[in-house]
Amino acid sequence: MNSNKKNKLIDTLFYGWGFFSTLIGLILLGLFIGYILSIGLGRINFDFFTSLPSRFPHKAGIYTALMGTLWILFLTTLFAFPLGVAAAIYLEEYLKKGWFANILEINISNLAGVPSIIYGLLGLQIFSRVMGLGGNLLAGSFTLSLLILPIIIVSTREAIKAVPQSIKDASYAMGASKWQTIWYQVLPAAFGGIMTGVILAMSRAVGEAAPLIVVGALAYISFVPTSPMDEFSVLPIQIFNWISRPQPGFVITAAAGIIILLLITFLMNFIAIYLRNKYQNKYN
Amino acid sequence: MVFQRDVVYLRCSKSIHGILGKLIEKSIEKGLMLSALATVLTTVSILGILLVEAIDFFRDVSIFDFLTDTQWTPLFDDKHFGILPLLSGTFITSLVAIVLALPLGLSIAIFLNEYAHKNTRKIFKPLLELLAAVPTVIYGFFALVIVTPFLQSFIPGLAGFNSLSAGLVMGIMIIPFISSLSEDALFAVPKNLREASYAMGATRFQTVFKVTIPAASSGIIVSVILAISRAIGETMIVAIAAGQQPRLTLNPLVPVETISAYIVQVSLGDVPHNSLEYQTIFVAGITLFAFTFLLNNISFRLRRKYREKYE
Repeated sequence: MNSNKKNKLIDTLFYGWGFFSTLIGLILLGLFIGYILSIGLGRINFDFFTSLPSRFPHKAGIYTALMGTLWILFLTTLFAFPLGVAAAIYLEEYLKKGWFANILEINISNLAGVPSIIYGLLGLQIFSRVMGLGGNLLAGSFTLSLLILPIIIVSTREAIKAVPQSIKDASYAMGASKWQTIWYQVLPAAFGGIMTGVILAMSRAVGEAAPLIVVGALAYISFVPTSPMDEFSVLPIQIFNWISRPQPGFVITAAAGIIILLLITFLMNFIAIYLRNKYQNKYN
Repeated sequence: MVFQRDVVYLRCSKSIHGILGKLIEKSIEKGLMLSALATVLTTVSILGILLVEAIDFFRDVSIFDFLTDTQWTPLFDDKHFGILPLLSGTFITSLVAIVLALPLGLSIAIFLNEYAHKNTRKIFKPLLELLAAVPTVIYGFFALVIVTPFLQSFIPGLAGFNSLSAGLVMGIMIIPFISSLSEDALFAVPKNLREASYAMGATRFQTVFKVTIPAASSGIIVSVILAISRAIGETMIVAIAAGQQPRLTLNPLVPVETISAYIVQVSLGDVPHNSLEYQTIFVAGITLFAFTFLLNNISFRLRRKYREKYE
């Protein structure tokens, strides 16, 4: 075989390997999900959504955890969304290059890489202990807000950056002030991109267990939180709790809980992808 | 007269509006700046709380013992505070994950960027990102309930909790971190470099490995560093599937405990505040933070460098 043929063969082989690599992770995930569905789907019925946790695997339900997850999702978004978008606007539209901008850049890039469990330690010390909130919803959602803040900031900045200068120039030419231009032109134009980032950040918050465990969220709870000052559990912690139990029946209950959590996460991701495709290349 | 008064009035009102407008603009800017400063405050607080508790801890435990003792047993009667077992647990799970994710992630990046059709790329990119979107408790369940029993069928010595299956599943999770960022780096390599290579009669494979990858190397390194940083901080997968037994070993078949899993273990129990046990989770935390901080800073600097190269 001459070297030309050999090189072509290597090239073809690598094509196959690359295709295999792309598929293997997805295939494994598909198999895992298939297994979960096969053992957990039968466990999901109306009672599963309305039952409290229980010592008996066949009676245990996700009512309290699901409500806790919805509370956490609502409060976290309420805090992190305005704060993150405001910070992104400042960084993108107001901040002038220099040492201060440099510090903020490095800082946000660092925060995005801080492990979630460290945010848990921060929440435990500042919100639970110093502010005296204990393990309540407020402490949990404050903690998760800080966790997803860098994600919202980074994606909002990308969205703002994508708004063409010509739109801003037109607004200024009409006599609009800087803030009027941002509020009436830039933000509406960047809306799709901002929402994509926010939904992805929310989907991250929904799946987090570790920081909430550290802050003091409960693994077993027999009531539904009715105010932000109440203690709570969330779906990932409830699932973790079921996984850790020795009775075999809880594997099935855990699988059923996982199906619900996966549904929520995938739904949010599909909405985000849809929005991204819809708004992407709007100006190209 | 009337006409003139109107003009004066108009002027006044305009300047009042101007002053008011400027005031509003300024206060909005200040408000936005405060939001941006919240991120700095977060970093300062993280450093602050970790340092305060860690300094307190080192009043009772010598740094030398912390760094050299081969046992970590703060919750037992015979207390030892050597961080090495937790570090080895973190190291071995992350190593398994990277060994799986690096070749796969890099091959995916090359395949999607250099070989695949544009539409194939469009379909697979968001699908691959789903791998990183699955909550980590769910991956933990996969590792414990599916992967470990499967591996046990042909690895006889494999314990029920082990770093091998936790690491492998974590590897699947971090594939998109490597593939996505590496792909961006490959994409940023100027077309004319590639075309020059093709013009010399090189195949795609030769072009990728002799031209594109070397040109994109710093971006690829960034993706790997970020993936490592993600792996060593990952918590739920290892807390569920790797065990809770701090053990100084690099054997992937036995139960270990990572830094993050230790913090979860203590948090689930009832440890009194201000006790030495309570402080251990902050000492473990600052150790973890030091590593991820270092890795993130290296990657930030590298990223800035290669951006400058082509922009």
